[in-house]
Amino acid sequence: MKRLLRIKALMIKEIHAIWRDPKSRIILIAPLTVQLFLFSFAATLEVKNVALGVYSLDRGKQGYELIQRFAGSETFSRTIFFNNPAEAKKALNEQKIIAVISIPQDFSRDIESGKQGKIQILLDGRKSNASQIVMGYITTVVNTYSEEITSKAGGTVLPAIVSGRNFYNENLIYMWFNVPSLMGILTMVGTLILTSLSVAREREHGTFDQLLVSPLMPWEILVGKTVPPMAVGMTQGSVILFFSYFVFGIPFRGSLVMLYAALFMFALSVTGIGLFISSLAKTQQQAILGAFVFMVPAIALSGFAAPFENMPQWLQGCMQVNPVKHFMIILKGIYLKDMSPANILSNTTPLVVIAAVNLILAGALFRRRLE
Amino acid sequence: MNFRRITALVKKESRQVVRDPSSILIAFVLPVILLFVFGYGINLDAAKINIGLALEERGADGDRLAAAFINSEFLNVRTAADRRELIPEMDAGHIRGIVVIPVGFSTRAAFESDSAVIQVITDGSEPNTASFVYNYSMGIWRAWLSQYAVEKGIEIKMPIETEPRFLFNPELKSRYFLLPGSIAIIMTLIGTMLTSLVVAREWERGTMEAMMAKPVTVTEIILGKLIPYFILGMGSMAMCVAVSVYFYDVPFRGSFVVLAVVSAVFLIASLGQGLLISTLARNQFVAAQIALITAFLPAFMLSGFIFEISSMPPLIRGLTYVFAARYFVADLQTLFLAGNVWGLLITNTAAISLIAAVFFIIIRIKTKKTLD
Amino acid sequence: MLTPLAEVTNLTKRFSPDSPPALDNISLKISSGQITGLVGPDGAGKTTLMRHLVGLLHSDSGAVSVLGMDTVSSAPAIREHVGYMPQKFGLYEDLTVQENLNLYADLCGLTKEKRIGSFRRLLEFTSLSEFTSRLAGRLSGGMKQKLGLACALLGEPRLLLLDEPSVGVDPISRRELWKMVQELLDGGMGVVWSTSYLDEAEKCDRVILLNEGKTLFEGKPAELLTEMRNRVFVLYGADAGDKRSVLTDLLNKDEVSDGIIQGSGIRIALRKGAHMPDMADCLRAEPVSPCFEDGFIDRLGGGPGGHSPLADIINEKPDSDGSVIEAKGLTKQFGDFTAVKDNSFSIKRGEIFGLLGPNGAGKSTTFKMMCGLLQPTSGSAEIMGLDLKTAGSEARSKIGYMAQKFSLYGNLSVRQNLSFFAGVYCLNKAEAGRAADEMTNVFDLGSYIDTNADTLPLGFKQRLALACSVMHSPDVLFLDEPTSGVDPVTRREFWNHINSMVKKGVTVMVTTHFMDEAEYCDRIGLIYRGENIASGTPDQLKASAVTESLTSPSLEDAFIELINRSEAGRTQ
Repeated sequence: MKRLLRIKALMIKEIHAIWRDPKSRIILIAPLTVQLFLFSFAATLEVKNVALGVYSLDRGKQGYELIQRFAGSETFSRTIFFNNPAEAKKALNEQKIIAVISIPQDFSRDIESGKQGKIQILLDGRKSNASQIVMGYITTVVNTYSEEITSKAGGTVLPAIVSGRNFYNENLIYMWFNVPSLMGILTMVGTLILTSLSVAREREHGTFDQLLVSPLMPWEILVGKTVPPMAVGMTQGSVILFFSYFVFGIPFRGSLVMLYAALFMFALSVTGIGLFISSLAKTQQQAILGAFVFMVPAIALSGFAAPFENMPQWLQGCMQVNPVKHFMIILKGIYLKDMSPANILSNTTPLVVIAAVNLILAGALFRRRLE
Repeated sequence: MNFRRITALVKKESRQVVRDPSSILIAFVLPVILLFVFGYGINLDAAKINIGLALEERGADGDRLAAAFINSEFLNVRTAADRRELIPEMDAGHIRGIVVIPVGFSTRAAFESDSAVIQVITDGSEPNTASFVYNYSMGIWRAWLSQYAVEKGIEIKMPIETEPRFLFNPELKSRYFLLPGSIAIIMTLIGTMLTSLVVAREWERGTMEAMMAKPVTVTEIILGKLIPYFILGMGSMAMCVAVSVYFYDVPFRGSFVVLAVVSAVFLIASLGQGLLISTLARNQFVAAQIALITAFLPAFMLSGFIFEISSMPPLIRGLTYVFAARYFVADLQTLFLAGNVWGLLITNTAAISLIAAVFFIIIRIKTKKTLD
Repeated sequence: MLTPLAEVTNLTKRFSPDSPPALDNISLKISSGQITGLVGPDGAGKTTLMRHLVGLLHSDSGAVSVLGMDTVSSAPAIREHVGYMPQKFGLYEDLTVQENLNLYADLCGLTKEKRIGSFRRLLEFTSLSEFTSRLAGRLSGGMKQKLGLACALLGEPRLLLLDEPSVGVDPISRRELWKMVQELLDGGMGVVWSTSYLDEAEKCDRVILLNEGKTLFEGKPAELLTEMRNRVFVLYGADAGDKRSVLTDLLNKDEVSDGIIQGSGIRIALRKGAHMPDMADCLRAEPVSPCFEDGFIDRLGGGPGGHSPLADIINEKPDSDGSVIEAKGLTKQFGDFTAVKDNSFSIKRGEIFGLLGPNGAGKSTTFKMMCGLLQPTSGSAEIMGLDLKTAGSEARSKIGYMAQKFSLYGNLSVRQNLSFFAGVYCLNKAEAGRAADEMTNVFDLGSYIDTNADTLPLGFKQRLALACSVMHSPDVLFLDEPTSGVDPVTRREFWNHINSMVKKGVTVMVTTHFMDEAEYCDRIGLIYRGENIASGTPDQLKASAVTESLTSPSLEDAFIELINRSEAGRTQ
């Protein structure tokens, strides 16, 4: 009973400390929403609005028709015509265009006469990912046109080969991937900065001594310092959930209860890591650097910036300790896939382990007191 | 301006750098960690995507197609007799797509009907991977089909053939463009973090006050801070380039002199931003937060390092123009992969200089030699 | 009249338009060859005034000129002739002593030939010659202070500004610094020395007394003292256990304007024109010469009176014959270094025990072990028979702790701070509410109840810190430099509260650099090089330090003498 009273007092104090100062209130909310909006629109691997260069020596119908099919698509906002290959190459070098289509002099004549018309496409390999996507798009356009020509001429057409279907996200809208992932990332950033400073700041201000001479036991301090940042993290998560559903229109297909259960474990594991960093740090500066050194790899290697499977096996193994990686699977699973409880559980278990290990370590470091 | 005073300040700052573990940590350890993370961790080349192959009809043709999928160097195939076995796997995220060879495959493949022959189901929760799965499957299918047609004595010739050539990076290694880009991010981080933290520290420890009470001018104080961290930053730049070229085998096709000039200009802009942050925030914590929000995150998200700027909505696209990292990313990618493309390098470097100039003008106005 | 080195006329400065002025219409002159003391509690405006003198701040109205030049328009020229040592000494802690000197020499434009001589002279002067290659961060407080002074003296300034040079520095170093500065005066240098220690002010040639941005007094210290002549007495004869009640009674009398405990005696100041009040026969009054603090208090209209409402709230602590705090063979080692060696003492119920010692002597380490912040390497620390190691939580619940610099939660309001500490010490809701109300009344915190602790005036911070540490009515109170930087009136209030608690049986342990505070203690332990080299009542310590040349030593004299003896004993 007495213990509960003490822990409660500590929690209330932590919440006051977070919430009382208008500046820190703004720091909790403003960057969160700004970043959510900025990054959900900015962080996309799609390719849109790029300029396509055309260098055509052909004056025939087919050449003209083909170019028309590129113009005005979502991918190519502009087509720029060049009169000589050097100019086109220069524009490509200077990244004014992403690709150049070169149509040779007898392109239309060749097609008319039943020969194969060859076009050359030069792409900017400095942006190899974007270029590949552009090339995929060009191929589709060219193939469709090819088949039209063939069928008009009465030739054999390759069968309507592959029927594609995208599960969970039919139109491959990038934001459906982005926004749920950002819920994990932004929640972590907020919670981690808050917790990593919590002990370090008290050390610098001398108030940690006050806590240590009070009857509070180290584990009581730990509990008192864990709950409020977790509450903040869960609130931030809820804010993003709200925006994602009502503003961004991301579907939510799974169970809300499951989501909150997983969010709870995620917030706990991040808080554990933050407290561990904080109890290790002697000054706030060290705490910030420590949080940073953890945060950047945790985000970059979570599967957000690039698919997790593309990482080397050994690195994938290392990243089992990254809570963001696990939580991201759960998030996309619940939002888009209506993932089964068993699957959610198997991805939540690592979070429980991460949380437990870090909290125990942090508690042990509190006990070391000032030595 | 007094040359001896500047030398004294530079000497003092350099000694502090050497003795303070956190400067060394920011300048040399952090870049190594980040290069490592970006070099190994961020890889857009789908080397081996896990997919499922549902062989719902067995037969000679179907098995040959299946073999074509299994032998693909881009895919890692797991087979099953029914797609229903594979869908839970995709739900769990173990596979990113399912290729179905349906019942009636052999008849349909014989060009007798218009309906789809094989079906590709992808995991749309990873849109980028999903398009890769689709494109790869398409390629394999086409290759198989042309061969099949030849065997059946059917001549299929596409009227238009495309011949793609990827300049600068024919093997399409994403590392080749990600690493130069990540150097830009690392330099942004180092430049702003280093200066913003060290100036804030001088305020906190009261040494700034002692210095200001001496006959030293503002320009001297600024130069005294700038020169050592400039040298440090160039050192860590050189290290990043060396690691990229010798350890990760990224080609370098431009001239090192140009690289040095461009990096110097960028570093000055970046240090300027750090100095500006620290004149506004005299406390290390606030300085670090501002550096994170105004330098690191935009450099990561809005520089075109990984996310294509042209795909962003117009408003955000406009915003990218004010961040020096945007220009430096393009400069570095060009210098590494394309060589000295003067048009691009000169325009972009001019833009960076402009940003640097703006920073220093504001610093000069804001830094008065008083404590008000 | 000497020509003034610097002149301030009608200087007013506000940091924000709606705040009270930090400096309010200040005028003063600083002459060469003198030490001008700039005296006043924290927040009085001393640092702000100093910064104006080097042109680091610009005034709202009024003019500041140094060497006949205006500080706003000719700041660079002035800085060539002014040496300034800011608070915390302005040293680069990760540079060595020599590197710090080199840096500042370069910044002052000292030529190569000139600096060799200057360095040798300054290093000799500050006795830092042996330590030139040591990092400034590794120096003791006293040595840092000397190095800071050396750096400020480079370039042979004509005006030397020292901002709180004696904060956090032990009495020995303080005296050495004072002696050094006196030597400088012979060369015609003018020195401004700011301090919140009033005993330092007395030694200055001229004094400017600041309070809340206003000048309370300007002139020779003696002028302030003349008004106090024949009004200050020390009363002897009160029983040791009784002296606090006697003081309280005296302070409640109209005739008495101020009073403090001084060892076994009670020092009182009478109101102007008042006669000695009636008192118990056993007491005998001896007139003493007034000190600067008497004058200061008088200027502020007398001390705070004797009644502490806290006394009505604190419950009587149970009698016990044994010791309440006990250290048995306390030893602490950090690696090879023994910070505290075999220290034993015991403190009885209702006793104030002071730990004194120079910086780095091990007094903070001892203090921290006694309140459970550090684990002793060997030996034990017990509170009311409970070992802090084994019964930590229970023992700690009986402790009140007031940290140096009043560690409060700065971004919480006064009310929130109070309710937090109530909760941590397990007061239930009703108790906590009552305790918070009582503390608010006792310490008069009502008008600040929703203000952030950070923005409280220093005196109120200190009251709040005390309130937070006593609201659970602890049996034992630990005070770490409890009144440093606070004005003397607040300090008296503070000791009134402590005295009233001690009367109810609370046991107090205090560390301090302030000799006035040490005088309040019943017993003192003097720690030097990790060992308890002397202990006893303040009077016993004074008596033991009597030498031929020093017949009635002050506590500070005793402190220095005893340490010198111990040092001499070691070298033999």
